[in-house]
Amino acid sequence: MSAIVFTLRHEPPERLDLSRLVPDVLVELTKSEIEKIEIGTTKYGSRVGDIFRVKGNNAANVVFEAGSARFDGVGTGMTSGEVRVAGEVGAQTGRLMRGGSLLIEGDAGPFAASCMSGGRLEVRGNAGDRLGGPLAGEMAGMKGGVVIIRGRAGERAANRMRRGLIAVGKGSGDYAGSRMIAGTLVVLGKAGAMPGYLMRRGTIVLGKTPTELSPGFVETGAPEIAFSGLLDRWLVDEGILDKPLLGRAPRRWGGDNAVLGLGEVFVKG
Amino acid sequence: MSKLTVRGVEIEDTFAEAFGMKATAVIITAPTLKWARQAAITMTGFATSVIACGCEAAIDVELPEAQTPDGRPGVRVMLFSMSTDELQKQLQTRVGQCVLTSPGSACFAAMEGADEMKLGSALRYFADGFQISKKIGGRHFWRMPVMDGEFLCEATTRMTRAAVGGGNLLLLAETSAKALVAAEAAVAAIEAVPGAIMPFPGGIVRSGSKVGGKYKGMMASTNDAYAPTLRHLPQSKLRPDINAVLEIVIDGETSDAVAASMRAGIAAVTKLGPARGAKGITAGNYGGKLGKFHYHLRDLLP
Repeated sequence: MSAIVFTLRHEPPERLDLSRLVPDVLVELTKSEIEKIEIGTTKYGSRVGDIFRVKGNNAANVVFEAGSARFDGVGTGMTSGEVRVAGEVGAQTGRLMRGGSLLIEGDAGPFAASCMSGGRLEVRGNAGDRLGGPLAGEMAGMKGGVVIIRGRAGERAANRMRRGLIAVGKGSGDYAGSRMIAGTLVVLGKAGAMPGYLMRRGTIVLGKTPTELSPGFVETGAPEIAFSGLLDRWLVDEGILDKPLLGRAPRRWGGDNAVLGLGEVFVKG
Repeated sequence: MSKLTVRGVEIEDTFAEAFGMKATAVIITAPTLKWARQAAITMTGFATSVIACGCEAAIDVELPEAQTPDGRPGVRVMLFSMSTDELQKQLQTRVGQCVLTSPGSACFAAMEGADEMKLGSALRYFADGFQISKKIGGRHFWRMPVMDGEFLCEATTRMTRAAVGGGNLLLLAETSAKALVAAEAAVAAIEAVPGAIMPFPGGIVRSGSKVGGKYKGMMASTNDAYAPTLRHLPQSKLRPDINAVLEIVIDGETSDAVAASMRAGIAAVTKLGPARGAKGITAGNYGGKLGKFHYHLRDLLP
């Protein structure tokens, strides 16, 4: 059995909803049924066969041979298997993902990993705003799993995050970790203004000392803790860090005291 | 009973009789090996025998920084008990009173098995609402603020039902000093075997016991057959030239670990020879009726 490969025939004429092109759905469909899936979102009414050439039959391994900023909802709700996009994607990549592995080789749009609860999403390029965050009306953002952004993240990365881990390689926009409920956000490179803004609980690890924290944060010194060694080791093992970042006694701020105040921001001590 | 002789040390053709037990293990780390060991030694104090201590526990191995979850020096501690509930209680109270309290300590799971044992998930309430839950790499940890920083503790560890307790060697010597030299050599050799502990003081027991006694309620009483001052009695098993007997008791994560430990112990004692150490080696059993695991000394010769 070979991977199911979607080859782009031409740049899509409209935004596409690719949320059904995941292993859990494709495993029950024949090639002709897959080609009839409606993926258009406007009057064009695009179907899979109009936009992609489809080959292969192993639904556990799905490959998009090219990407487009019009690919929305890639990997939505997947529970197992692998999905790889050899290019960029649009909004809500990996939304509600529960398991399996999703690799985006280019950039991802806004709301990547939105409300994800398990599995692993890796984006080789940059991610848009509100990485892992909830859509309007939802109470919490990401609830589990691992997200690795090799490039930069937009504003409000890990917004309303509840559990899981997000690691961003090359900096983020403003308000990283805003309103976090819990969970872990690692931002290497430079984070924008006010990381941890209104966070309740949770951990934000910054590669560089922040220029501006929310006024509700208070420095708590640099006590020696074992957790930083544990996190360092895991980040190195995962290839997110080359060498340990925090060390045994990282510098720490507690906050945001404007809300619950049980969150924390770490930088190297 | 027939005798086998290796390098002048007589080995009785008998067997050690051991029992199935339940075991769990944790890794304790600290800023230095000294303090990891201190926490482990404190935690495994008063844990020589399930007869009165609730569990049998000791340090299994020391772990270098590269082999611990948090990159600090550590030790692996194993605990053995007959019942799951008692093992859970002993683990929780010992980690709570002896490891949580030790400067700079952290505690991690170090056992595979089907059954879960609560660790940090039971101790976290000490943090009075300031505890922090963290899931890293599929493992769940609790961080508890304490006066020197934080106590980091994995939420759960595991329990194995394949553990074996009560593997033993009896070392028979001409003098107390020679018995001790032989026993120390055996302990040093067995310490190098992974997955096995010797829970008695320094790994050595001088008050070996038999089952029951003349007094009501005594589960165990002195092993009169091997007490040199009772050699004049008919039940004595000691030759005239034996004046001291010391026992090594071994608990293993698996039956193989117990066998490997006994083999290492016999090798060390026979290497020492009868002039410097023990003249004879034997083992304790109850006729083979009580314990499921039998370790025949003739199968474990070097």
